[in-house]
Amino acid sequence: MASGRFGLIPRIKIVVWIAAFAPLLILIDRILLGGAYIGGPFVDDPVELIQHWTGRTALILLFVTLSVTPLRRFTGYNPLIRFRRLTGLFSFFYATLHVFSYFVFDHRLDFDSIIEDIIEHNWVLVGFTAWVLLIPMALTSTTGWIRRLGGKRWNRLHRLIYGVAILGVFHFLWLVKLELTLPLIYGGVLVLILAARIGVKQRAKKRPAPPPSASGGVGR
Amino acid sequence: MLIKRASDIQPSEITDEKLFMNRRSFMAKASAAAVGGALMAGPVKAASEDDDLTPWETVTGYNNFYEFGTGKADPAKNATKFTTDEWSVKVTGDVEEERTWDLEEMIAGFTVEERIYRHRCVEGWSMVVPWNGFPLGDLIKRLKPTSEAKYVSFTTLYDVRRMPGQMSPVLPWPYVEGLRLDEAMNPLTLMVTGVYGKKLPPQNGAPIRLIIPWKYGFKGGKSIVRINFSKRQPMTTWNEAIPREYGFYANVNPEVDHPRWTQATERRLGEFFRRDTLMFNGYTEEVESLYAGMNLRKYY
Repeated sequence: MASGRFGLIPRIKIVVWIAAFAPLLILIDRILLGGAYIGGPFVDDPVELIQHWTGRTALILLFVTLSVTPLRRFTGYNPLIRFRRLTGLFSFFYATLHVFSYFVFDHRLDFDSIIEDIIEHNWVLVGFTAWVLLIPMALTSTTGWIRRLGGKRWNRLHRLIYGVAILGVFHFLWLVKLELTLPLIYGGVLVLILAARIGVKQRAKKRPAPPPSASGGVGR
Repeated sequence: MLIKRASDIQPSEITDEKLFMNRRSFMAKASAAAVGGALMAGPVKAASEDDDLTPWETVTGYNNFYEFGTGKADPAKNATKFTTDEWSVKVTGDVEEERTWDLEEMIAGFTVEERIYRHRCVEGWSMVVPWNGFPLGDLIKRLKPTSEAKYVSFTTLYDVRRMPGQMSPVLPWPYVEGLRLDEAMNPLTLMVTGVYGKKLPPQNGAPIRLIIPWKYGFKGGKSIVRINFSKRQPMTTWNEAIPREYGFYANVNPEVDHPRWTQATERRLGEFFRRDTLMFNGYTEEVESLYAGMNLRKYY
């Protein structure tokens, strides 16, 4: 390892862990402790808060994950790649909380009623599909699986993230009654990130690609 | 469901007209009390502890009132300076005499009752609210629509300076909602001037709003400045905005889903698990005759 035990990378990693757990801690504080530590207004509808909060956090972390590669290329700071697995897994973690809060609170784990809801309502179907597509990526996120699949195949599989992000934004767009501002902002951010990725790819074609990073050497 | 007895009015306060109005409201109340008896049966069937009052904080802090912003907390935040002094209401259309009423005068003499109603939003959440008001039917009798009138509509104040949410074209302003006249005359339909025994806060539609407990909440126009009687079904705001999703009738109906989400269940605010939504929000006995022979799938 280029950086030692107390080097820059482990320190940043700690910050990333804290930042990624912060939304969960805020949620627990607001719902179970009445905002005793972090504050916030009276929670009228705890389930709505749980679902909106976990859903948005999952999307934001997905966007962060998608930004790693263009940021790395723009800044030339290659170690950034080491945080990508972490933010991706945290996105999956929040998406899973989101989906399970729906299974449990909206459907009391009644399988038939869940299936019916998914089939009948497009935005539920789209959201559910996005979560299902995250599962293989989460399972193959380990170094062992990267080795087993080989960089190329692993890369191909993990291109699913584009689909997940687009489905996630559509899920958000379709569920709102009329006020489209926030989901459109999310959509706009996603378009910017995707544009940046395309830009980076084209620049990379002109120049020789930088050497793959030490761990998880799968940067695109 | 609970109906309070008339507050004791001092005999000295009663003028002749008030005496007359009081007698009228007494008779209205007598019939309403009978309705109340019927309504008591509802909660008993559904176990009354299932219909606990929604706390004041939620009733006055979680509102859909796009005139003050589209977020649930926006109205409480943005309506704090909204004043309702010298409020007047224009009464137009098929009435014996079109005129502008001073609100105080328009509602003078009606005895305000407390009614605890379930309140179901089309979005899938619900509350139980102790409203204070009087039957709309009493007011309509005073406004004297002609025999031609079949519908009545209610227009919310349109004043961008006082209602900042109207700067956004999120809905076609002003907000208009309406009822068939027989729906309006149903004893459950309530003109509301208060909640929890207090003056109606601005975020809940001060100074006067409508509550139709068997319909989705959006049917209840707030901060009403105009009442119009008509022969034809009026254009209403949500129906105009997204006709496929929001109909004119908007009766609470667990069997007719919103195109994008289920209406079979609802979440009572503050609870974690959803409960079954009741037909006509649990007021079937009182209102089903209004819709005899109607296809409620078509007239959603």
